[in-house]
Amino acid sequence: MPEALLSLAGVNTHIGQYHILHGVDLNVPQSGLTMLLGRNGAGKTTALRTVMGLWRASAGSIRLGDNEIHQRATPDIARLGIAYVPENMGIFAGLTVRENLLLAAREHVMDEKRLAWIFELFPAMKKFWNGLAGNLSGGQKQMLAISRAVIERRKLMLIDEPTKGLAPAIITAMIEAFKELKRDSTLLVVEQNFHFARSLGDYVAVMDSGRIVYAGRMAELAADESLQQRLLGLSLDSHQ
Amino acid sequence: MLTTVLSGDFPRSRWLAALLVTVVAGLAAAPFIFPGTRSLDVAARILVFILLAASYDLLLGYTGIVSFAHTMFFGIGGYGVGIAMSKLGPTWSSLAAGSAISLALAVALAFLVGLLSLRVKTIFFAMITLAVASFFQILASQLSDFTGGEDGLNYKLPELFLPGTKFAEATLFGVELSGRLFSYYVLFAGSLALFLVLLRVVNSPFGRVLLSIRENEFRSEAIGYRTVAYRAVANCLGAAVAAAAGILYAIWLRYTGPDTTLSFNIMIDILLMVVIGGMGTMYGSVIGATLFVVAQNYLQDLMKLASNATKGIALLPDLLHPDRWLLWLGVLFVVCVYYFPAGIVGRLRTRKAPPAP
Repeated sequence: MPEALLSLAGVNTHIGQYHILHGVDLNVPQSGLTMLLGRNGAGKTTALRTVMGLWRASAGSIRLGDNEIHQRATPDIARLGIAYVPENMGIFAGLTVRENLLLAAREHVMDEKRLAWIFELFPAMKKFWNGLAGNLSGGQKQMLAISRAVIERRKLMLIDEPTKGLAPAIITAMIEAFKELKRDSTLLVVEQNFHFARSLGDYVAVMDSGRIVYAGRMAELAADESLQQRLLGLSLDSHQ
Repeated sequence: MLTTVLSGDFPRSRWLAALLVTVVAGLAAAPFIFPGTRSLDVAARILVFILLAASYDLLLGYTGIVSFAHTMFFGIGGYGVGIAMSKLGPTWSSLAAGSAISLALAVALAFLVGLLSLRVKTIFFAMITLAVASFFQILASQLSDFTGGEDGLNYKLPELFLPGTKFAEATLFGVELSGRLFSYYVLFAGSLALFLVLLRVVNSPFGRVLLSIRENEFRSEAIGYRTVAYRAVANCLGAAVAAAAGILYAIWLRYTGPDTTLSFNIMIDILLMVVIGGMGTMYGSVIGATLFVVAQNYLQDLMKLASNATKGIALLPDLLHPDRWLLWLGVLFVVCVYYFPAGIVGRLRTRKAPPAP
């Protein structure tokens, strides 16, 4: 496995009285796409939010490269080069597509080449450039959320369930877009759609009850049905 | 040129453009079109309240900050001039000192209030500002040696501002070139300049971040913006402009008192102006303040006319009696809010931006 860009070691997170993460150990290799899988309530979203500092880790270490980030404030973590696309997409519904993207450009100036690349990936962004983000369809909102994350080159992108609620045709378009995104940045993606996960994942980590119970290459998990059954309670093939 | 002056924020509606041109032209030519004392007072009040409502909209409409301390900053500006003039004498240097000190005090106080309380939830922040504003109102009332207590302060200004000062024997379109005319145009120029500064602020990258904070603070943080810092700066900026409005109003009235600056009624008036005009649109404060101040001053006269005209018809003369002007003002606002939930400007304006690249 390549050197880790993001490392979580013994991370514990409490939300109110609930103990959600019970010592998460996770390495996200530099470059490529790591899928974070697991049943509902396993702690995947909490893990991403903890990395972003949106939930504070009560114990453990979170490192991005050489930087220890677990005590840092969310804006500082974002400025280190981590983009976060939450499950609800996190777009600003009252602003236009253009304004949403401008907000994510660090100096409030968008790189023309990168913008052209985004328009190529998601033509709808160009079409609705001046439209209110709140008026976009679910798939378009997801495209906007991802476009906003990639408007500048990031070290790492954390994406939570990008295919949730999307139509199959949009998911196919998303898979193509993610193949492009993988070349640009390191990605950690939480996903429930196993077809999507298998199509794109280079590495995989599986969570259960707030812990990482498996980590390895996606190809190995995809090839081992009994392992899928044991870890996820189902076969990847049954979800295509 | 116009793009630069308006910071690229055009009215985007013919009706709105026509309304704005009418209001600005009316205010610019007010001393010549409406030379009477009362009408000029109304025009001056509109100018001050446009600025005050615009500065409040920066907080409420653009940043989502609900503050009840805005009249406190307005009062700081007014009392800064009032105390300086009455204690140091009617000189330009004391006017400058009073203005500078009140601006600095307003910014410092806004920064302190912001630092202590912008981290808390909206409702708690609103409560804290309400408490601070009430404290300030009591302070102004109790420190009567400085503030004149409930009676307020009457003071003289440098000669140029005095109504008795004549710049020339000749008249311009039948209007005397007096200190009152000079005061009015100082007020007009000050309000216009500060309004355009606010328009620039809300159309800058800083303004865009404020909008994102209003939409969702956590999302803004996840993109990398320190939202508390942005909110604190917006709070200070709003306070500074409110204090400047207080300074201009004090110059116009040559009087500062709790009723003209610190009253909670003024706070409600500003809130209504912003809501009626349209939150999150600077032009909304122009329309909202103009409508509100005109209604406050002329609705009673209009009703007197209507009451006389309907004599002989059952109920109507009583309903339209001038004493019931507040009732009709209330009805007018309920109708406004019901039919224009996004405010008048929000209704007239459609969101259009430059074409796609």
